[in-house]
Amino acid sequence: MKLADLAALNEARAKRRTVAVVTPLDGSPGRLVAAADAASDPLAAELGPRFASGKSGRVTTDTGDVFIRIHRPAPRLTVIGAVHVTQALAPMATAAGFDVTIVDPRTAFATPERFGDFNLLAEWPDADLLALDDQTAVATLTHDPKIDDPAIIAALEAGCFYVGALGSRKTHAKRVDRLKEAGFDDEAIGRIHAPIGLPIGAAAPAEIAVAVLAEIIEALRKGMTPPPAVRAEKATAA
Amino acid sequence: MTGLAMAGEDPLDVAERWRAEGRKVALATVVDTWGSAPRPVGSHLVIDGEGAFEGSVSGGCVEGAVVAEAVDIAAGAPARLLEFGIADETAWEVGLSCGGTIRIYVEPLDGEADA
Repeated sequence: MKLADLAALNEARAKRRTVAVVTPLDGSPGRLVAAADAASDPLAAELGPRFASGKSGRVTTDTGDVFIRIHRPAPRLTVIGAVHVTQALAPMATAAGFDVTIVDPRTAFATPERFGDFNLLAEWPDADLLALDDQTAVATLTHDPKIDDPAIIAALEAGCFYVGALGSRKTHAKRVDRLKEAGFDDEAIGRIHAPIGLPIGAAAPAEIAVAVLAEIIEALRKGMTPPPAVRAEKATAA
Repeated sequence: MTGLAMAGEDPLDVAERWRAEGRKVALATVVDTWGSAPRPVGSHLVIDGEGAFEGSVSGGCVEGAVVAEAVDIAAGAPARLLEFGIADETAWEVGLSCGGTIRIYVEPLDGEADA
């Protein structure tokens, strides 16, 4: 690979752009192809489906075999709540390959002292701020409905591949009532993982972080088809 | 970043940094797998001229052999396609215990680093 291509590739990855590296396996120079330029590329027929699926692979062409390496942006994890569990979850999720963002409007919690150089937003989690999509997991950890509920609603509406909410069954029952009130049906509400995390008996904050991250990875790897985005249907007047 | 120390830095970022430091670098990429293979197609291992490496192309089964080839390629030998597997006679030395076969392309990182 040419150093200039590697630098461009790393820059594209840092900016969450989808790109392919096309490498002839005979030692001749390769090239970088942006997803936006795939249609006009000589290998368009191969690149199109591979950009869509994210699958890298070897391809036989008229001029010999080439390897197509697809680089898609990492899945994102947005954590609502700059709490103790998050201090363990953020580095673990980063190590597992997630782009982590932490959101908490409570400035006493959302401090650089507690979160170092993680992407930390000391603001209310409204839909515009969160900019969620189906490649994003959302975990709400504040225990405060004022902060958690708007993020859960935004996550359901954006079709996030994982939505998890901290809180006991009792807490969740009250949350379900509020979401029904807001117009979400049972199917949408059923997509919320609550109580959050795989049931491994986690007790300490770092253990809860393991349970949450494991559940997110399960959703990412086993539930690859993201659920359809749902919209709250405002209850029509009877 | 805080969390990356646990999992190791991204190998492609490491490769760029090593070149900027003036090191010779080779890039190894898994281009084919058959059967049970420990790392998926597209996995990267980067190697410098001294044999230091970051990333992985197997679960540790064949890294040693890849690094040995890559040191020569970083130093100027041509790119090479390596194959490892249970059917290969080198399997007895550095094969995949899981019984799969993998092909790994090892290429030099060409071009001058910017100042």
